[in-house]
Amino acid sequence: MTQATVQETTQATQEKLRVQHLNLFYGDNQALHDINLSVPAGSITAFIGPSGCGKSTLLRTLNRMNDLIPGVKIDGEVLVDNHNIYAPDTDIVHLRKHVGMVFQRPNPFPMSIYDNIAYGPRIHGIKKKRVLDEIVEKSLQQAALWNEVKDRLNKSAMGLSGGQQQRLCIARLLAVDPDVLLMDEPTSALDPISTLKVEELTQELKEKYTIIMVTHNMQQAARISDTTAFFLNGVMVEHGETDRLFTNPTDQRTEDYITGRFG
Amino acid sequence: MKSKATDRLATAFFWGIGLLILFILVWFLWHILGAGVPHLSWDFIAGEPEEMIEGGGVGPQLFNSFYLLFLSLLFSIPFGIGAGVWLSEYAKKNWFTDLVRISTEMLASVPSIVFGLFGMLLFVTVFGFGFTILGGALTLSLLNLPVLVRVTEETLRAVPTSYREASAALGATKWQTIRKVLIPSALPGLVTGVTLVAGRALGESAILIFTAGVTVSRFAPDLNLFASGETLSVHLWYVRAEGLVPDAMQIAEGTAALLVLVVLALNLLIAIPSRLMQRKMTGKSS
Repeated sequence: MTQATVQETTQATQEKLRVQHLNLFYGDNQALHDINLSVPAGSITAFIGPSGCGKSTLLRTLNRMNDLIPGVKIDGEVLVDNHNIYAPDTDIVHLRKHVGMVFQRPNPFPMSIYDNIAYGPRIHGIKKKRVLDEIVEKSLQQAALWNEVKDRLNKSAMGLSGGQQQRLCIARLLAVDPDVLLMDEPTSALDPISTLKVEELTQELKEKYTIIMVTHNMQQAARISDTTAFFLNGVMVEHGETDRLFTNPTDQRTEDYITGRFG
Repeated sequence: MKSKATDRLATAFFWGIGLLILFILVWFLWHILGAGVPHLSWDFIAGEPEEMIEGGGVGPQLFNSFYLLFLSLLFSIPFGIGAGVWLSEYAKKNWFTDLVRISTEMLASVPSIVFGLFGMLLFVTVFGFGFTILGGALTLSLLNLPVLVRVTEETLRAVPTSYREASAALGATKWQTIRKVLIPSALPGLVTGVTLVAGRALGESAILIFTAGVTVSRFAPDLNLFASGETLSVHLWYVRAEGLVPDAMQIAEGTAALLVLVVLALNLLIAIPSRLMQRKMTGKSS
């Protein structure tokens, strides 16, 4: 690590998000056990672990997407900017505007590219065509998609390739101007070239956004993240700087997983 | 070798069925239109009906068909789609929801003549409307309601969950998601449902004989909701069953052809814009 990056990481230690004693149940089945985690602003955190370890479930508690699933019970706290998002006075619409999510499968709406990007700003009350035009262009540029689609903004987003659709979904999210981007295995349905593009994109975005990404691809976690958390059976086994965790894990189970002994 | 022969047999069988259906349809249209179209003239389509002498038209009946259709859709679409949205998006999974769903399904299988008798009892007798267009339209709405509820619920359920998640993750409220994502995505299915009930409403006779009656105003168009209003389908039944005019056969043939053409035109009128819109949404060229 160079001197400059060390300084950067120390400067970026301002805390964005904190999970405290979080337990989650699906009915009688406990899926997450006493999770404690702190995420600094302007960093990329990777959640790794085998299928069913609870990493996606945890990600979905961070913007309360689990609210859509019946039978989910949660105790503990998730603090975003020091506000507990599970407090009764939380405005979920406001929360999701600040903590946005990109899903495993690209899920553009069956509308034009323009309307997809403008969807978020429109529901948050922006009506002026000129402002929307600006947001659409800026978001698509941030998602590195503008040059590919600028001549067909009025065509359906369903006609884009899978990789383009996923970048469109990222652009759609950026258009509502969030601070935290939750990404749930965003490249698992993409080909290697599209994956590379999305990975490069995350590197650019982390300057402005706090990113938390679930991935089942350990190389990907090692390539792009600053810190990594390893999960197993609903427990967070280890959380630390990515370089350290992959070269010198403190827990035997982490070592077994990253060396490919299971999973 | 055996599976290959079976496959060939199956291919031939399904092709045969397809062609048979097409043949029946063509034969049917040929028969109806062949017999009826020669009787169609402006005097017939727009003219006044006659009770005793030859040469009556079906103008008021044609108008009443559409007037009743329009009114019944006006009453049934808001309630039908509303109930479908509730069942699909709001209703909790419990005995009450199941009860509503089962009741709707049972209503959908009630014979239309039962609705007709119910409508007569309620609107004609209890409310004392007599035979009216309003009573007919309301009873038709009752017939169409369960179909609309089912179609709406099913098309909304068919919209991928990922759309709901994507919309929620952008900070949309439930209502915004329903209005801006789910309903537009489900629109082709909803349009199919509305076309279905519209066709049924145009063709319905049993209900209307009991509620809207078999007589028409002396002038058309008569927008009076409390006038009696015979439709084309009812007229078709009436002239063949009770008509005294000497040209009853010709009038029936002409009415049948007109009815078929009207239903066909209505279907195309709804289907073409819907198809175009779907193409625009999905970006597919087929």
